[in-house]
Amino acid sequence: MNLIIFGGIMGVVMMFGGLLMKQKHQATLLATVLMLLLLAGNTWEMLHGPVFNIQAPHMLATTRFGLLINEILLAAGLLYLLVSGKDIEQVGNYVAEYYALIFFIFAGIGVSTAYTNLLMLFLGIEIISIPLYILTGADKRNLKSIEAALKYFLMGSFSTGIMLMGIALIYGGTGSFLLEKFSLQGAPISYNLVGGLLLILVAMAFKVSAAPFHFWTPDVYDGAPTVFTSFMATIVKVAGFIAFIRLFEGASGIIAGKWQWVIAIIISLTLLIGNITAVFQQSVKRMLAYSSIAQAGFMMFALFSMNNWGREGIVLYAAAYCLATIGIFAVLTKMEDYTYQGFNGFARREPMLAVALAVMLLSLAGIPLTVGFFSKYYMVASAVAAGFGGKFLWLLILAMLCAAVSVYYYFRVIQAMYFKEAEQAQPVLPVSAGFRYLVAGAALVVVLLGILPQWLLQFLYF
Amino acid sequence: MILSSFILIPLIAGLLAFFIKQDQLVKGWSLLAALATLAAVLYSFTMPAAAEGLSYSRIWLGSLNSHFSLLLDGPAKVTTLLTAVSFVIIFIAIFKNSYADASQYFGLMLLSMAGLMGVFLASDALLFYFFWELALIPVYFLCSKWGGERRVPVTFKFFIYTFVGSVIMLIGIIYLYSKTPDQSFSWASFKQAALTAKEQAFFFWFFFVAFAIKMPVFPFHTWQPDTYETAPVGTTMVLSGVMVKMGLFAVLRWLLPVFPQMSDKMSGYIIVLAIIGILYASLIAIRQDNIKRLIAYSSIAHIGLMAASLFVKNDMAYQGALIQFFNHGINIIGLWIVVDIIERQTGISKMSELGGLAQQAPRLAIMLVVVALANIALPLTNAFIGEFLMFSGLYQQNVWYAVAAGIAIILAAVYTLGMIQKVFFGQRNEAVQVADLQTAQWLALAIIIVLVLAAGVYPKPMLELGGTLVKTMPLAVAP
Repeated sequence: MNLIIFGGIMGVVMMFGGLLMKQKHQATLLATVLMLLLLAGNTWEMLHGPVFNIQAPHMLATTRFGLLINEILLAAGLLYLLVSGKDIEQVGNYVAEYYALIFFIFAGIGVSTAYTNLLMLFLGIEIISIPLYILTGADKRNLKSIEAALKYFLMGSFSTGIMLMGIALIYGGTGSFLLEKFSLQGAPISYNLVGGLLLILVAMAFKVSAAPFHFWTPDVYDGAPTVFTSFMATIVKVAGFIAFIRLFEGASGIIAGKWQWVIAIIISLTLLIGNITAVFQQSVKRMLAYSSIAQAGFMMFALFSMNNWGREGIVLYAAAYCLATIGIFAVLTKMEDYTYQGFNGFARREPMLAVALAVMLLSLAGIPLTVGFFSKYYMVASAVAAGFGGKFLWLLILAMLCAAVSVYYYFRVIQAMYFKEAEQAQPVLPVSAGFRYLVAGAALVVVLLGILPQWLLQFLYF
Repeated sequence: MILSSFILIPLIAGLLAFFIKQDQLVKGWSLLAALATLAAVLYSFTMPAAAEGLSYSRIWLGSLNSHFSLLLDGPAKVTTLLTAVSFVIIFIAIFKNSYADASQYFGLMLLSMAGLMGVFLASDALLFYFFWELALIPVYFLCSKWGGERRVPVTFKFFIYTFVGSVIMLIGIIYLYSKTPDQSFSWASFKQAALTAKEQAFFFWFFFVAFAIKMPVFPFHTWQPDTYETAPVGTTMVLSGVMVKMGLFAVLRWLLPVFPQMSDKMSGYIIVLAIIGILYASLIAIRQDNIKRLIAYSSIAHIGLMAASLFVKNDMAYQGALIQFFNHGINIIGLWIVVDIIERQTGISKMSELGGLAQQAPRLAIMLVVVALANIALPLTNAFIGEFLMFSGLYQQNVWYAVAAGIAIILAAVYTLGMIQKVFFGQRNEAVQVADLQTAQWLALAIIIVLVLAAGVYPKPMLELGGTLVKTMPLAVAP
């Protein structure tokens, strides 16, 4: 929970620091150091307890689950700054501001992983969203970026309105904003409550780009500067999921059997639309946008089954998905050509990066020996453990077949890298040796967690 | 511990191989690793406890109750021995071939060997699934990078095909896991999984389809001829000699004991399917002009016979199938070596363009004739014992099975002898020049022929290695 305070402070420090700094790389350095501090603070809180104690009863509550997720997201954020810092500097002139916005987003993440009150949920989601609108439009000279920002802002405002409406209805139904009020078994069911929950469901589905509320995703991800797409598609998206899961953790009892059907339909639509559309993309960036929709379909399983397996699964999924996607985007940003052909002969030019990318793509496809396999495994296992193996067997089969479809588009990148030769000699990527080692290190973590996922999951309990 | 070395030796050697930059050195290194694995396998057979089956277990994923547990029982002995012997022969046979990026080629070959060993040893379902995929990934890279024309799409078809099978099986594994009495992935618990008749009927197919694609049996075979044709020959040897046994072995370990009633009920259909496959593949093989496709189809026919025998579930068919696991692997590797020699020297794989090679390369011709005769199961060759036992087993079950499958022997003779005739005898094509065997290839073929004849004359050790059906699967045998 200290993340909220520290994140806010770091954001302010970054903002004023920007006034003093003459050069862009100083801002990157400062941001990296601040992120490291943020990570250290959260680690301390997880292992030893909070640095300073805040009492916010009926508003926020620290949980191990929330802290672990924060930890993963902060680590991903640190990796993001390290591999993509140079590209953030390229986006525009106000580098320090971009970093400040990123820290504010982390403060928002702190709220949305710890809330126990619907008002706090609203605040958390908005603190995350508003800086994102700005970051999407950060490339001011690029019309696509501005269009994406406007689109995102308009659509985001709608979903915000819907969420507020839902919260109001729930208040009408239960007389309270507290999560526990409607989470408790045997809470009185009213149309207000159910209607409110459904409206919030719609708004949250929009935030995590689940079908049929996904239409903004490809355009926004494609239009935004690629570095910020990477941030949006990974860290922010996972945070949205955590908020989503916390919200409905107890609510499944209320809508009972029908709840599963609603979620099952959303999952199957998300998987089908995400995977099938991704197959037809010619640009790797757009493919990754659709793949992020497809992966969201798998993450929704945690909402579907609402048990401990699902929680463990989402922890692994957060790590797997963030590591792999940040790594791929980091390399993609350095490329001139975003199409599949741009990757032709990549293995000859950059052998180490090619291996790392291949591992990350295998992880996204869910091949064993990478953490991506276990994240998918836990998701399916959670549904079976919840007793849906019989009635919803079709959903499991569909999910697995979609995983097989995803192999098609992830492997196209691998094929381009390894088995196709570039038509004309392409320049070596303008990256340092440190960048190569960092990406390779991230790939190594993907493999290590793929052998021993328990290492990460133990932090949920001890 | 000795069992983990079967996996660890090729795994570590394979990872190290990527960093060896000299071609000759990496070839020698791989051969050494394969020989070391073979030594470990043979040593483990001589251990006093080996008669009852060795096992090894370590906690792997505590909260999932999954163990790194290995089991070396009868079928596993045959298949691990096959893997070790095959890789030694393959590395000898391709010793003189030159590969671009040899270190990667041999590194990936060793990794696939580690995966195969894991599949044959794993007695924990999750571990099994891990290795099942692990064996596939290196092969994907091997075929896509070093294969022939159209290698990328063909290999991709193969990969997607098997991957779909695997993920379906994964659902089955997860479901069965939830039904085991102690929530564990171990083989012992899987055999006790409490399934209703309906669940058995469903999940039997989840597993069967994955295995059937890998073998491949009749309707699932379409990936195979293309893949064998385009894959680099060293990898084709692995695919056809060893990897197809993954599917058959998995039937023995994960299908028959886990779904005993269902596999009894379905055995009739599956045997019929397998026999259709045998006849169909044999007929297509007769019409082939490309040697590689001919061997591929002949392999489908042989695999079909083994699959049928496994589902007969009597002792004779079981022993025949197990011994044939080994013999078929050795024989088909021999055939590929000869094809590789011809294709590398002439660039031709069409039989109609070859002819009269026996005059130029007499030693090669003799070697091929012996291996080919073994392929059609002539007495005194190794395959005779296996096929004889399998046919007797099928006969006991139902006379017509044996009759229908028996036609395949005649067809096998037609296409195999036809191949020898067209390639080595007949009108000589003057434009085609073939030098006789080189030392490495001669050595590889010599080992194969010794194995062919030795197992053909004295099959007892091989039969004892596999053990009996009752011992391997007490649950699966109908009382």
